[in-house]
Amino acid sequence: MLLFLAFTAGPVLGSLGMSFTDIRQRDLRTPFSVNGVGVDNYVKALQDETFRKAAFNTAYFVVIGVPLTLVLALGAAVLLDRGVKRFQALFKVGYYLPVVTSIVAIAVIWRFVLSPDNGLLNTVLGWVGIDGPNWLASKTWAMPSLIAMAAWRNFGSAMIIFLAGLQGIPDSVEEAGQIDGAGAWQRFRYLILPLLRPTILFTSVTTGIGYLQFFEEPFVMTKGGPLDSTLSVSMYTYNQFGFGNYGLATSMAYILFVVIAVITFIQFRLLREK
Amino acid sequence: MRRTWWIYLIGVLGLIAVAAPFLWMVLGSFKTQGELLRVPPTWWPERPTSQNYEELFSKANFPRYFLNSTLVALAVTAGNLIFCSMIGYALAKLRFKGRNALFVVVMATLMIPGMVTFVPLFVLVTNAGLANSYPGLILPFLVSPFGVFLMRQFFLGLPDDLIDAGRVDGTGELGIFARIMLPLTRPALATLGILTFLGSWNNFLWPLVIAQTEDKYTLPVALALYSTGQNAQNYGLLMAGAVVVVVPVLVMFLAFQRHVTKGIAITGLK
Repeated sequence: MLLFLAFTAGPVLGSLGMSFTDIRQRDLRTPFSVNGVGVDNYVKALQDETFRKAAFNTAYFVVIGVPLTLVLALGAAVLLDRGVKRFQALFKVGYYLPVVTSIVAIAVIWRFVLSPDNGLLNTVLGWVGIDGPNWLASKTWAMPSLIAMAAWRNFGSAMIIFLAGLQGIPDSVEEAGQIDGAGAWQRFRYLILPLLRPTILFTSVTTGIGYLQFFEEPFVMTKGGPLDSTLSVSMYTYNQFGFGNYGLATSMAYILFVVIAVITFIQFRLLREK
Repeated sequence: MRRTWWIYLIGVLGLIAVAAPFLWMVLGSFKTQGELLRVPPTWWPERPTSQNYEELFSKANFPRYFLNSTLVALAVTAGNLIFCSMIGYALAKLRFKGRNALFVVVMATLMIPGMVTFVPLFVLVTNAGLANSYPGLILPFLVSPFGVFLMRQFFLGLPDDLIDAGRVDGTGELGIFARIMLPLTRPALATLGILTFLGSWNNFLWPLVIAQTEDKYTLPVALALYSTGQNAQNYGLLMAGAVVVVVPVLVMFLAFQRHVTKGIAITGLK
């Protein structure tokens, strides 16, 4: 418990304190030379053009990435629950594989998948006559590429939760729909989907929290470029830390945290209303 | 019946989409640099070579990183099994002042992103003289809020009667925990163990800042720095490096996958 307090709860308070100071790397040895600067760091962060750009990029990543991931996950879950009765376990494990692998390794592999001339993706696109762009070097395509990769890697995680949700719905619900003459799509849309609402809410929030912090993908694949088009808040925070601006970095992390906390809070409210 | 074949077809296409980058990585790691640069790319290596791996393990010092990753992951896993089960047990079964408050703290930290804690944690660890050391890599992860939560949920499901029976028999509190309750949580411990190991193996941000010299790099750190450094164009080396990072956890996951998916279904968290 002490360990836990020292290495988790302690730093949380520590970072809150630090975010109100001008602490820099050189202050590590002389902790008493640090001055309180009030909310200066927060003001500085929010006025920083690059930080705003990073915030926009992060929002872009979340707003497109979360629905894409969840649609893939739900599709896969329905496929496994209703479609492929035989070999179900094989499919489940297969789809889940990328989730347990290192994002760094995945990002390295995807750099080759997305490379312009001899990449896997552009080769496959070439078969159907599409001339793919240089994905990661394009201001327009770099972010969508990262989003696609994230969805590819993470959908298995939400899929497992959807599967549990689907299996919790009694067969009688669908049978009733069948008797009323509802088609497969109608049964899914009007019976299954509403019952899955809490599960969808839960997975969208957990996926969203994860995506708000995306870091490894741009770190390995694009370094935030081209022209900061894939710079995320986490990555910019890390860069500020690298420059030695500890106070500013923690205030940025706290801004991110507040956003996450607000979203989590909204989720709890929505769930309670049920 | 007629409908099922195309459903399976979709499923299989999905599997191919998931597996293709992995297969490509493995096949690519056996190609020469010249072949990797060829347009259009080849699928099977024309003249398979183990040169990339040899280079990885001689010049690039990957055995060292492999050892570091394994060491850190094993230590972190052991710590989590011990501490999370103890804290989880205390929060689930023991009555003491401030128990609920402690649980709220655990749940709150579960939601706090790593970015928030990492600067002060870095200052703390550096001031303690642990930067660039194994304790610096390991200590912050010995207990995880996720593990505490998982173990607490599991202990809650065990009947109190067992504890009472132990007390009647005159077993001490520690004995009740270690000899009666803990063995019953084996499935949860297996889940926690495998998830912690995978998490530690794949952990990136913390080792990136705390491992400052090559001899303390973990595999993901080494791979990331290689891929963005001067070796960025050495595709064969990078593919082989990715194989070394990914394949051990894939094998491990396949061996223990039931525990992994069960843990996620129980808690809904990664």
